[in-house]
Amino acid sequence: MSSYFSQFFTGISLGAVLLLIAMGLTFTFGQMNVINMAHGELIMAGAYTVFMLQGPLGETGSLLIALPVAFVTAGAIGLVLEVVLIRRLYGRPLDTLLVTWGISLMLQQLARDLFGAPNVQVNAPDWLRGGVEVFGTVVAKSRLFTIALAIACLAMIWFFLNRLAQGRRMRAVMQNRPLAACAGIPTDQVDRLTFFIGSGLAGVAGVALTLLGSIGPTLGTNYIVDAFLVVVVGGLGHLRGAVIAALALGLMNSFVEYWTSGSIAKVVVFVGIVAFLQVRPQGIVVLRTRGLT
Amino acid sequence: MKAKSLRSHTLFVLVGLLLVFGAPSLLSDFRLSLLAKYLCFAILAIGVDLSWGYGGMLALGQGVFFGLGGYCMGMYLKLKSAGPGQLPDFMTWSGVDKLPALWKPFRYAWFALPMAVLLPAFVAWMLGSLIFRQRVRGAYFAILTQALAVAFVTLLVGQQGLTGGTNGLTNVRDLLGLNLRDSGDRHVLYLIVVGVLGVVFIIARQLVRSRYGRLLVAVRDGEDRVRFLGYDPAKVKTSAFAISAGMAGLAGALFVPVVGIISPALLGVVPSIEMVIWVAVGGRATIYGAALGAVVVNWAKTNLSERYPSGWLYFQGALFVIVMMFAPRGLAGIRSTVSGTVAHLRARFDWRDRSSGAGSSTDVIDRAEAVA
Repeated sequence: MSSYFSQFFTGISLGAVLLLIAMGLTFTFGQMNVINMAHGELIMAGAYTVFMLQGPLGETGSLLIALPVAFVTAGAIGLVLEVVLIRRLYGRPLDTLLVTWGISLMLQQLARDLFGAPNVQVNAPDWLRGGVEVFGTVVAKSRLFTIALAIACLAMIWFFLNRLAQGRRMRAVMQNRPLAACAGIPTDQVDRLTFFIGSGLAGVAGVALTLLGSIGPTLGTNYIVDAFLVVVVGGLGHLRGAVIAALALGLMNSFVEYWTSGSIAKVVVFVGIVAFLQVRPQGIVVLRTRGLT
Repeated sequence: MKAKSLRSHTLFVLVGLLLVFGAPSLLSDFRLSLLAKYLCFAILAIGVDLSWGYGGMLALGQGVFFGLGGYCMGMYLKLKSAGPGQLPDFMTWSGVDKLPALWKPFRYAWFALPMAVLLPAFVAWMLGSLIFRQRVRGAYFAILTQALAVAFVTLLVGQQGLTGGTNGLTNVRDLLGLNLRDSGDRHVLYLIVVGVLGVVFIIARQLVRSRYGRLLVAVRDGEDRVRFLGYDPAKVKTSAFAISAGMAGLAGALFVPVVGIISPALLGVVPSIEMVIWVAVGGRATIYGAALGAVVVNWAKTNLSERYPSGWLYFQGALFVIVMMFAPRGLAGIRSTVSGTVAHLRARFDWRDRSSGAGSSTDVIDRAEAVA
């Protein structure tokens, strides 16, 4: 029983990380129809931010200070990408995918040149070491922190989307771009803001990942495919879909790995997703529209 | 029209002659086997071009099909070099003492060689018919194929005793009487690769010129319109995807004897997406462009990564960006891209001629993608 619970917990915390990564993706994909393959490198940028801050600030406080810094750093990189490249490719999603892949290769190599190819270790602060006992199982504090972080980000994004004017504009552009433009919403500005927030969330996810293992130049690539699957399963531009899909994928990965060997788990999850798409080809939450494509 | 087709036939024959007679006499054995490797990639690139360039399906898991073909061939070659009744070397190392059932039929060439093409084609057909029927397309399809590549590689690495794990299948010696370490026999192998490439080239060319090819392009440019005309786009796409996977499998099967290894590192997410960039560099939606791109990019990779190991990754990244942003037609369309840019600049700086519009050559592709 307790081993089930600990698997459950591992799954939830994996889901929390996937959610942090996928939230940014689902917005940029849903609103601008842009597949940002460099999203993984924004995660990496966030993770290296913690590494950089750890030296001067010490282990205890650096993690909390790193959160906003990583958000802004990754967001700024994303913003530059949007302004310089991606906005020129709107309407060509597959080409954008390849261009951003090229960017991601360059950023990875840049990280290798700056920080060295081997992985580096970020030490967790004292208050996140060890575990606490929940229902008779010892649960790592770092995983609890990851889950709490995902919940906090989710709450903030929900508040932003539903209660603030900027967020409402974002939803409007996501649902119907031409109509939003007609209503006087400056869609390019909204696009830039969406990209900034989405990329910033990737940076926050990177901070969380430093607690779960060592970090290296290819940190992002390990998570990016799963995060995209969350977007595919969850449906576009909806928090609810992304949350359900991220948790489902996290739990599924964790439990299938527990029951079978690790190598077959990915295959099982893949088959599961293809089977799911037979039932709901557009994902869990569907934006109702009469448009064709 | 006739003159043009005559010219392209002459070019085809000239390139063929150059590959058959010119290259072996000009290049050293080492360079010749590198060229054979590039030509294997050219076969694969033609397949990628069919599904992506003509069909608009961006498959980021082409390495999977390349790998399936490669492993079919590799299993046959391994069993052959182990000798009758013996186990391949890596199985003994990982403590397997009986030949797994999966391997048994691959003792026979008549089974292993056709399977190298049929198995990938079948897998692609299954996946395609499940995905396309549900009208999952575009970026979703790309992501799913990428996830397939991840799952495939994880499986290969994990099943050490069955697949050789990270090392893959290496140390192969002979293929149907050819000694793969003898330079004369390697020359024959090179000629086989050239021959297969020629056949694949002609098949692909006939395919895209046929009614089916037009339908494929129509599905790329306006899937819904094709459906309204009474065709089933899912079938068109599935078959093109399966053919392209079959070509990838064929390329993989030839790759193993040429290079002597097949391993998961050649098949994952990163190599799979590189395969797409070969086609983009050469020029999508032209068969010769795809083949040319595969050879040119791989040639550049060999030469640049030898000299500047870290520079190559920057170069490759920049290649993705520059080709997709500024020359979406690749090398095959470089002339019209340049003349289009010149016309564009001229229109921009000539204040008298604003109305004639900036007819950049990328407009056609832009429009096509916007519809897709």
